[in-house]
Amino acid sequence: MAAKTLYDKIWDAHLVREREDGTALIYVDRHLIHEVTSPQAFEGLRLAGRKPWRAGANFATPDHNIPTTAQERSAGLAGIKDPVSQIQVKTLDENCQQFNIFELEMNDIRQGIVHVIGPEQGITLPGMTIVCGDSHTSTHGALGALAHGIGTSEVEHVLATQCLMQKKMKNMLVRVDGTLNPGVTAKDVVLAIIGKIGTAGGTGYTIEFAGDVIRALSIEGRMTVCNMAIEAGARAGLVAVDDKTLEYVKGRPFAPEGALWTQAEAAWRGLVSDDDAEFDAQIVLQGGEIEPQVTWGTSPEMVAPVSGHVPDPATEEDPGRRSNIEQALNYMGLRGGTAIADIKLDCVFIGSCTNSRIEDLREAAKVVQGKRVADSIELALVVPGSGLVKKQAEDEGLDRIFTAAGLQWREPGCSMCLAMNADQLGEGKHCASTSNRNFEGRQGFGGRTHLVSPAMAAAAAVHGHFVDVRDI
Amino acid sequence: MKKFTLHEGLLMPLDRANVDTDFIIPKQFLKSIKRSGFGVNLFDEHRYLDKGEPGADNSRRPLNPEFVLNQARYQGASILLARENFGCGSSREHAPWALDDYGFRVILAPSFADIFFNNCFKNGVLPIVLDKKKIEELFESVAAQEGYSMTVDLPAQLLRLPDGSTTPFEVDSFRKHCLLQGLDDIGITLEDAGEIRRFEDGWRADAPWYFAAK
Ligand code: SF4
Repeated sequence: MAAKTLYDKIWDAHLVREREDGTALIYVDRHLIHEVTSPQAFEGLRLAGRKPWRAGANFATPDHNIPTTAQERSAGLAGIKDPVSQIQVKTLDENCQQFNIFELEMNDIRQGIVHVIGPEQGITLPGMTIVCGDSHTSTHGALGALAHGIGTSEVEHVLATQCLMQKKMKNMLVRVDGTLNPGVTAKDVVLAIIGKIGTAGGTGYTIEFAGDVIRALSIEGRMTVCNMAIEAGARAGLVAVDDKTLEYVKGRPFAPEGALWTQAEAAWRGLVSDDDAEFDAQIVLQGGEIEPQVTWGTSPEMVAPVSGHVPDPATEEDPGRRSNIEQALNYMGLRGGTAIADIKLDCVFIGSCTNSRIEDLREAAKVVQGKRVADSIELALVVPGSGLVKKQAEDEGLDRIFTAAGLQWREPGCSMCLAMNADQLGEGKHCASTSNRNFEGRQGFGGRTHLVSPAMAAAAAVHGHFVDVRDI
Repeated sequence: MKKFTLHEGLLMPLDRANVDTDFIIPKQFLKSIKRSGFGVNLFDEHRYLDKGEPGADNSRRPLNPEFVLNQARYQGASILLARENFGCGSSREHAPWALDDYGFRVILAPSFADIFFNNCFKNGVLPIVLDKKKIEELFESVAAQEGYSMTVDLPAQLLRLPDGSTTPFEVDSFRKHCLLQGLDDIGITLEDAGEIRRFEDGWRADAPWYFAAK
């Protein structure tokens, strides 16, 4: 039998049928749902008189739109001041009730960003196919699941048929060899990968992340890497199953138990690419060469090491690239050649499905402990990824470290990652953000985002500009 | 879904790489629970000079005269000429909904982001990949000639240009079939319901841990 990649294995196991032109029906094990991309899909079901194919395969939670202040949250749905957002969250509750779908509602302690709570609850399991109307579904690939974002029409399609119609992607291997230097994290690794292959480098591929650096990362760190596979153009990122994966999953509320666990574990051990499997493309990075990264532009590929500089468009020969750099610098209000360390900041955001898990909060807390946020910082938010992450952090006293340093401690949700709720970055303001997108307007109209790791964001909060976390 | 066969229309150039879905339709408009009405907020942050809000009266908002969509010569355009990696970013189907609602039926670009590309087909919008050189030529032709239009002939998979020449393009045969017939994906898939059931039963036996009820 031909050697297979991990992607090939999961794909083959879920293939229901394939048409002559390669269009395939793939069975979906888990469908995750949030309030923004699902209402039109449920409405479509109702209009067509259809029901979910297997209601038990679906899990829902509101995360994008909800407020993150304790005061608003304590009032429940009525606490959502924006009436349009309130309707959307209410609509999710109603749809889940009507179609008998399990939902962790806004004030359930297990609620959180859908990509944080899936793994946390054991709703995400190795070897599954997982989809969600959200591009960062790639996150779940860290557990060896084939997970990717879909549009609303596909949300309706999955609800109605438990299948997805799609063509198989190509295989790409991204290997990060060696070891990381102290102070360099999963976020820096994935930003360095995107800097190398570009935001379209993975288009048409499923990326498997491998190599000693990836193996050495915690499951949380692997989630950070897979989360941003989509920022490299790949719908899905994957990491092979190992002991860490199994340890992480075992005992989670929705994970199998007893004899079923033993059977599952045996099957999951095979979720690795065969030694001689062939990849259509392969990229290799040296972990030891990766520095803490900071984005300077309006696309995640516009990234530089913290010791570097914003590029000077005048020295760029390719006219297309020159104009991209010019457009980005114009929006960002930066001059070419500026040292990254000289970029002044107004805001700091620690959160999002990229970096809002307990390990991220610990890293950030370590940096700000006993220090104060710089006077020039107007707003510094820490938004845990789930109610359980929040509780864990509070049990460890992290919340008090943050608030003593002058950062705000919020309720779980997407918050200023995309600013659909009241947490918005002001026009022209520079924000050190642990999220995943620095697009124009992403964190608020006219806002200027710099993507960094949690430790780098925390250090920037203390200093008011970027500093190399390795120096402190 | 709307059928797509032949489409004749005016081209509008958007000379910018990596146009992301936040650029196409900013997030505040995603709060809607409907799937129509997004056209007036297409490219909102570039098209208007102020910040848009859902439900606002867009006819009173100041337009950005520099932005291509507001230029007189491109009014009524229905074919969007774009650059690399068009539609990158989020999975929001609001992006093709907004393009379609505004009136764009075809997008020409050297490359598209995967999820966006896929979402277009579900809404009767045809994304066409052309090589970089061809795209460059089209940008030049559109700049040189006001009212530059073409016919997109899906059955023949040809672009019919005003100078009488044609350019072939690729499209998956199954997607083409669905566009030509205006077929609904769910209906097609449910024709295979028996096969899905058989698969599901087998999978439940092989991997029962994915089906455990809690
Ligand atoms: S945290 Fe940001 S990227 Fe993640 S799901 Fe929420 S909005 Fe999307």
